[in-house]
Amino acid sequence: MEHNSFILQMQGIVKEFPGVRALDDVNLDVRTGSIHAICGENGAGKSTLMKVLSGVYPYGTYEGKIIYMGQEMKFKNIKESENAGIAIIHQELTMIPELSITENIFMGNEIVNHGLIDWPEERRRTSEILKKVGLTINPDTLIKHLGVGQQQLVEIAKALSKNVKLLILDEPTSALNEADSANLLELMKGLRDKGITCIMISHKLNEIAEVSDAVTVIRDGHTVESYDVEAGKVDEDQIIKSMVGRSIENRYPEHQPKIGDVIFEVNNWCVEDPEVEGRMVCKNSSFNVRAGEIVGFAGLMGAGRTELMRSLFGKNYGIYKSGTIKIKGREVKLNSVEAAIKNGLAYVPEDRKNLGLNLLDSIRKTVVAADLDRITQNGLLSIDMEQAAAEEYRKSLKIKTASIDVGVTTLSGGNQQKVVLSKWMFTEPDVLILDEPTRGIDVGAKYEIYKLIHQLADQGKAVILVSSELPELLGMADRIYTIFEGTITGELLASEANQEGLMKKMTITSNS
Amino acid sequence: MKYVKQVLGGDLRQYTMVVALGLLILIFNVISGGRMLTSSNFQNLLSGNAYVLVLALGMLMVIVIGQIDLSVGSVAGFAGMVMALVAKNYNVPWWGAVLVALAIGIAAGAWHGFFLSQLGIPGFITTLGGMMIFRGGVIWISRSISVPAPEELKWFGAGYLPEWGPSFTGMNNSTLLLGLIGIACYAVAQIRKYNRSKNNAVGASPLWAVVVRIVLMTVLIGYFTYLFGSGRVGTSFPVPGLILLLLTIIYHIITQRTKFGRHVYAVGGNKAAAALSGVNVKKTYFLTMMNMSFLAAVAGILFVGRSTAAGPADGTSWEMDAIASVFIGGAAVSGGVGTILATIVGGMVMAVLNNGLMLMGVGADKTQVIKGFVLLAAVAFDVYNKKTGKSSIIGKLFPSKDEKKAA
Repeated sequence: MEHNSFILQMQGIVKEFPGVRALDDVNLDVRTGSIHAICGENGAGKSTLMKVLSGVYPYGTYEGKIIYMGQEMKFKNIKESENAGIAIIHQELTMIPELSITENIFMGNEIVNHGLIDWPEERRRTSEILKKVGLTINPDTLIKHLGVGQQQLVEIAKALSKNVKLLILDEPTSALNEADSANLLELMKGLRDKGITCIMISHKLNEIAEVSDAVTVIRDGHTVESYDVEAGKVDEDQIIKSMVGRSIENRYPEHQPKIGDVIFEVNNWCVEDPEVEGRMVCKNSSFNVRAGEIVGFAGLMGAGRTELMRSLFGKNYGIYKSGTIKIKGREVKLNSVEAAIKNGLAYVPEDRKNLGLNLLDSIRKTVVAADLDRITQNGLLSIDMEQAAAEEYRKSLKIKTASIDVGVTTLSGGNQQKVVLSKWMFTEPDVLILDEPTRGIDVGAKYEIYKLIHQLADQGKAVILVSSELPELLGMADRIYTIFEGTITGELLASEANQEGLMKKMTITSNS
Repeated sequence: MKYVKQVLGGDLRQYTMVVALGLLILIFNVISGGRMLTSSNFQNLLSGNAYVLVLALGMLMVIVIGQIDLSVGSVAGFAGMVMALVAKNYNVPWWGAVLVALAIGIAAGAWHGFFLSQLGIPGFITTLGGMMIFRGGVIWISRSISVPAPEELKWFGAGYLPEWGPSFTGMNNSTLLLGLIGIACYAVAQIRKYNRSKNNAVGASPLWAVVVRIVLMTVLIGYFTYLFGSGRVGTSFPVPGLILLLLTIIYHIITQRTKFGRHVYAVGGNKAAAALSGVNVKKTYFLTMMNMSFLAAVAGILFVGRSTAAGPADGTSWEMDAIASVFIGGAAVSGGVGTILATIVGGMVMAVLNNGLMLMGVGADKTQVIKGFVLLAAVAFDVYNKKTGKSSIIGKLFPSKDEKKAA
């Protein structure tokens, strides 16, 4: 192999955050003029690696070498990597919706003539670049009037306007419909043929199989495998195996489930994306949960797990289209979160800081926040009852704190999560939805939360456990549903499931 | 120093403004040669500022939900004017006119609340519109002429409590009774709190600290009882002051001890989390705005009562004083933070500044400038503390054990 045939070589990259080693000796070699796919579970370190490459984490904050076009690079910021010809298209689009395509494309690189912007020139160049990405629209169109697919193309056009040589696409098709995705993949092939190298991060193995020339799999911050492939002939099973190849140790407490009757039943639930008209985030989802049962929901980020759960929880997300909910055999209409709580539903959100807690509140006020009626006496909140409740949960959940009057921000992630769980246990729900309950929590606290989940199930509650971590689902759940792009794609007993089988149903493989 | 902390209770930061207020009063008293701490001056100070403080009560809740209400001055002026006109032109009894004014306040608040909660138009815009609409309305219906108000209203705006009972007390007995009730309530509350915290191992104050606290408060309330009660015969703790006191207690309870109050803080602290906890965000917005305009009407009534006539310019720029009081009281611009009691202290700082500078013979122009600087300084100080995580001046003077260890 000739040395200069690689446009990029990342060697022995190590990146540490306080307490975690996000990247541990990662190597990546990307051939000039290829499409290189990077695969890995959520949190495997893909995005961190790309941030190291693009200078978001400047030289010196990581160990290892980046060799780009035959030279070692020491990027201090994004600007420097951009100047070198590296551009990242992020999962979340970063354009300004109220400005036109032209303005967005030349944002920060305006063509200036005697101190004034040369609009005709900018417009002319924009049209030219837009043609390259297959868009024939007026360059004065505002970004907000474009569809998501078109916006993605404009992002790429923006990168092209900067003379990009290495284009990194982070989950480029996650927000796109099928036609737009196909269009984008075609464009990538076209760019490759013009000599622009692409790195593509994706969960969609069928897309990887279709376009990539090489695949690197990252797991837990290590490079697991890296090999050349022939587009169209990628062994998807092999990728899945390397993505998940981890053993389940004794990280989960023993539990003997006591499963009763079905108490929560959802039929044909359909929800539309509130931002993208016509895009369904939940498509005819039907599932059920029994009393005392822990039901897992497996799906990769963006698969619509959270959206499904939040729309069930009093239509808190999206535009409800159709579907029914039955609790204990009785059909209920849950048009507000309050109604959902009254009917015995509880939802612990995945985003603890933005959705789970009011960070200004104390533990005492948080614990009772979802059911203030229970501590109301003669129209006033009883401080005694509030204190008693908070103390009770502090003791039973072993929340480590000096006092229940301290702010929730002073607690560690695990203890914060226990406070959130207390808040929902206080409402005495029949159905408890836990969305990524152990995210960002250390191993010890995780074990305690697992035990708590078992206790709740043993009290006859129906527990829904949403998680990106397959070992967690296999270790905790009695039954698992898989979900992909808003559709429930499978239902398995945990005893019969394995990580490969689940991952296959969570990604779309061409042979499924 | 540890003992001081135990008497005042854990967090010293909340006392910064109280201490500033106390110092301000003492300094002005010295400079003005004792004219600050006299019965008539304090009676005037309270009845002359009660309406702004009433506005500040509502404004605190509006700011806690993360909004602002610019219309309160105009709504107060409008409600007061309608009241005066109704009483004069249609021979409606004074209490009927008062009810009409309160109804107008509620309706104006519903109007603002509708645009904010249902259409999602920010409170700043909604109430900027309201500010113009109601200001224009006042001038329109009054034809730019002052309208005399019913005599009975004077009692609300500038009245005094009745004289009764033995004269050996040497002061107004209504005021004395009020003071005694105040002391008794404080003592009972403290003892109940002490009994409750006995069971709770952490954060309990020792008995002696509770006793010292009660004694200190008794001296303080006792002094002000004497100050207000010992004026010339016929004067007492002013009626608008009493109304303000009652409203303060009511709103303190609403914000601290009711479901609605909790929802106000929840929405201001984290709207999305509040919605996911079953809080009806729209309803909370609506009721908070409605309550604000209701209080604006109350303020309008008090002011008309004091000046015995409703004028077309009544209420001009009151919103600014109310907003300043809330921020001096430590509320956060981003919402979620602030208390009724701190707001009252903030409002009193403004009132004492006004009054003290006037006693010193400083003109209204310079007073305005000084008030502007005080507002900036108070908020900058607050923001600085939050940013650096350092405690206030008082906290620095009396660092806690943990802080010492850390340093």
